[in-house]
Amino acid sequence: MELNEALERFALRMGDNTLILGHRVSEWCGHSPVLEEDIALANTALDLIGQTQLWLGLAGELQGNGKSADDLAFLRDAWDFRNLLLTELPNGDFGRTMMRQFLFDAWQSILLPRLAQSPDARVAEIAAKAAKEAAYHVERSADTVVGLGDGTEESHGYMQQALAYLWPYVGEIFDTDEADDCLAQAGVVPHFSTLKDEYYALITRVLTDATLDVPQDDFAHRGGRDGMRHTEHLGHLLTQMQWLQRAYPGANW
Amino acid sequence: MSNEWPLWEIFIRGQHGMSHRHVGSLHAPDAEMAIKNARDVYTRRNEGVSIWVVKAENIAASDPGDKGPLFDPSNSKIYRHPTFFDIPDEVGSM
Repeated sequence: MELNEALERFALRMGDNTLILGHRVSEWCGHSPVLEEDIALANTALDLIGQTQLWLGLAGELQGNGKSADDLAFLRDAWDFRNLLLTELPNGDFGRTMMRQFLFDAWQSILLPRLAQSPDARVAEIAAKAAKEAAYHVERSADTVVGLGDGTEESHGYMQQALAYLWPYVGEIFDTDEADDCLAQAGVVPHFSTLKDEYYALITRVLTDATLDVPQDDFAHRGGRDGMRHTEHLGHLLTQMQWLQRAYPGANW
Repeated sequence: MSNEWPLWEIFIRGQHGMSHRHVGSLHAPDAEMAIKNARDVYTRRNEGVSIWVVKAENIAASDPGDKGPLFDPSNSKIYRHPTFFDIPDEVGSM
């Protein structure tokens, strides 16, 4: 596989992850349990959308057919998206949203500082900016997971349930294909398999602090990052996210 | 037990060398989360380089009813304002 094509695929995946999760998190705007969390979640969503602009901008540039980040975000259908299934799952209750956020933030907080060292300047530049945001995100979501997990009996129950629901979507993070192999070989992106132990060590530490039982089952749903089998939820999300551009093509303000 | 998180008063230092200024208050379960919440609520537009949080109940305040005895006596003491000195131009703004 050619390096440019591999990098395009990688940038698309990074951007789709942050786009779809950013949209999900933005759904809390005005609905969070308390004002402070509402603002914090909106900030996180905005950070993720900001990162999306950069990653999808790079993907569009590498595709070389003049597509902007906006084109990629708003004018593709579900089967063209390459985000992890984890990011498209519905918010559920606040606890499940924070658990999903933590499982994703933990991954980003490990991957992005590595990418910031990439010899590809475009990747390194985006990652350097995003890594700072991810470092804050994971601190916040980890604290909340511990606070709720090690909170009351009721909140503990919600968090254990959230973990059970989300766990089968964690394994997909470490799926790789020929594009990932190609980038790893070229030294542009570390092979995800080399980051796996660090990731599981981090989430195990936090989940243990949260007094939660870490599931041992390694069954994983797949089909997001290769676009083969998204959940039914992605299509519904897109109808919300894309309706304006589809109803009023090219609308601008 | 109250279901409300305690109230925290938030102080932000805008730049190095300035003092922390009170910017408002918020609710949080503990000091650490209060700092995080303050970061998210009060520094979104790059306002700060440092955050202090203080539990509102730990602040002792003067009684508004004591306003007269506390503050009125200084009204008539204009000699406490250093306005009788000519400040040389070379000093610049003070």
